[in-house]
Amino acid sequence: MNAPLVSIKNVDFAYQKQLVLSDVSLSIFERDFIGIIGPNGGGKTTLVKAILGLLKPQKGSVEHSLEKSEIGYLPQGNQVDENFPITVKEVIASGLEHGLKIEFRKTKGRQRKVEMALERVGMDALRSRPIGELSGGEFQRTMLARAIISSPKLLVLDEPDTHVDNQFETELYSLLKELNEQMTILLISHDIGIISPYIKTIACVNRDLHYHTSNEISEEQLKVYNCPIEIITHGTVPHRVIKEHIHR
Amino acid sequence: MDLLELFKYGFIQHAVLAALLMSVACGITGTYIVSRRMVFISGGITHASFGGVGIGYFLGFPPLAGAAVVAVLAALTTENLTRRKVLRNDSIIAILWSLGMAIGIIFVYLTPGYAPNLMSFLFGSIITVTSTDLWLMLALALTVSAVFILFYKPILYVAFDEQFARIRGIPVMFINYLLIILVALTIVLSIRTAGIILVLSVLTIPQNITNLFTNRFSHIMIGSVVLGFFASLLGLILSYYLDIPSGATIIFTLVLLYLVARLIKVVIFGR
Ligand SMILES: Nc1ncnc2c1ncn2[C@@H]1O[C@H](COP(=O)(O)OP(=O)(O)O)[C@@H](O)[C@H]1O
Ligand SMILES: [Mg+2]
Repeated sequence: MNAPLVSIKNVDFAYQKQLVLSDVSLSIFERDFIGIIGPNGGGKTTLVKAILGLLKPQKGSVEHSLEKSEIGYLPQGNQVDENFPITVKEVIASGLEHGLKIEFRKTKGRQRKVEMALERVGMDALRSRPIGELSGGEFQRTMLARAIISSPKLLVLDEPDTHVDNQFETELYSLLKELNEQMTILLISHDIGIISPYIKTIACVNRDLHYHTSNEISEEQLKVYNCPIEIITHGTVPHRVIKEHIHR
Repeated sequence: MDLLELFKYGFIQHAVLAALLMSVACGITGTYIVSRRMVFISGGITHASFGGVGIGYFLGFPPLAGAAVVAVLAALTTENLTRRKVLRNDSIIAILWSLGMAIGIIFVYLTPGYAPNLMSFLFGSIITVTSTDLWLMLALALTVSAVFILFYKPILYVAFDEQFARIRGIPVMFINYLLIILVALTIVLSIRTAGIILVLSVLTIPQNITNLFTNRFSHIMIGSVVLGFFASLLGLILSYYLDIPSGATIIFTLVLLYLVARLIKVVIFGR
């Protein structure tokens, strides 16, 4: 097997005194599609921020075999001010920025990439809208476009499905499945039932991390993993997370 | 006396230039302040700088220079302590705010004799700006404009989403510290014209008026410069004819303009 893109070894992390992550290890390989689940406050966001290099763990190591700029990131909704005076196009273009460059001309390549990203998430008509005037789904589309515009090797999505409608949710996940053919995806979601058919493996995070090498998980297993999440059953079978899923 | 004749006076010409330069600097940095919700931090820096005014009086150097040093120190301290989570951000601001005022009051008290122009530092005095003041304000306005033209995109991206900007390799800390220093300097030079008590409004009201009609960072910036200048001129003229303090009249004009703008928005756009 190839060397992992990211390798997290025995990581401890605390904001103050209390450990939020304890002895967490995880290797992320090319073409992985990992669903990260766990209770609120379980440390999911903290884990991906450590992966992104935004937080430095007190113990253990996070090693990358890719550049920071090869990572695409969609942060949890509360990270940005949704009324900030910035347009859809400006947000998306920021995903191409790299370092501190002084440029006045808009290069053709850049513009074409922005156009393609706008189209990909279906936001071409709303390109000049300030983000404060978008619906929840439109906002998340914009943030997704910003994350994928640089064609990253690793795509990290922190709850992209909050405040979005069902239609966008379905579109989002089929787009991610398509993108997974070119990039590795790390997806935090509060709804394991919905993401289950699309992901390949599951990481349960609740201070510690349990890696589950299948896209299905039962309530019993969640208990064993100390991962008390509310399971929303989308199928008819009780205690099973999913009914219909795509076999690979 | 008619309006044209008024503008023949040297002190009025100075005042108009001061209003223009202040509007450029405040229109631009104010947009950053308002968008990033840094109004309270700016209030803290403004009031803390009074400490420098007092020290300046006491030691006999230009109070504005003292204010500049203290304002920059207060800005850097706030930014640094907030980042390191030493204290809650709003508590840090409140402490520096009142500490600066306290130092200023003590030193003004200790200075023998009457502190001249003390009121003009508190409430501004646009009609007494000197050519030295004007040169300093010109340098500031040019610096602020240059920084925002050269680094427009990185500034916008850092202000919108700092963590994402870090992943994109933008030097976030450099931008943050550069901007907080510019904010402090803008405040100090506006103290000369608008005064410590009133400067905050010059940094926020034009932006909020413009923001009623546009939600784009660059448009708010340009609109605030134009509106700020317009309101300052109008305030200046009114204060002259009504024989009332210029700084306060400019603020009053700004608030009136805001109300008129709101009304126009309701009438035209129905909300
Ligand atoms: N910036 C922070 N400072 C202090 N504590 C934090 C901070 N961010 C998160 N926490 C705490 O760390 C724990 C894990 O948070 P988080 O990683 O956001 O969980 P999740 O994303 O799984 O909901 C929570 O108890 C939360 O309150
Ligand atoms: Mg989270």
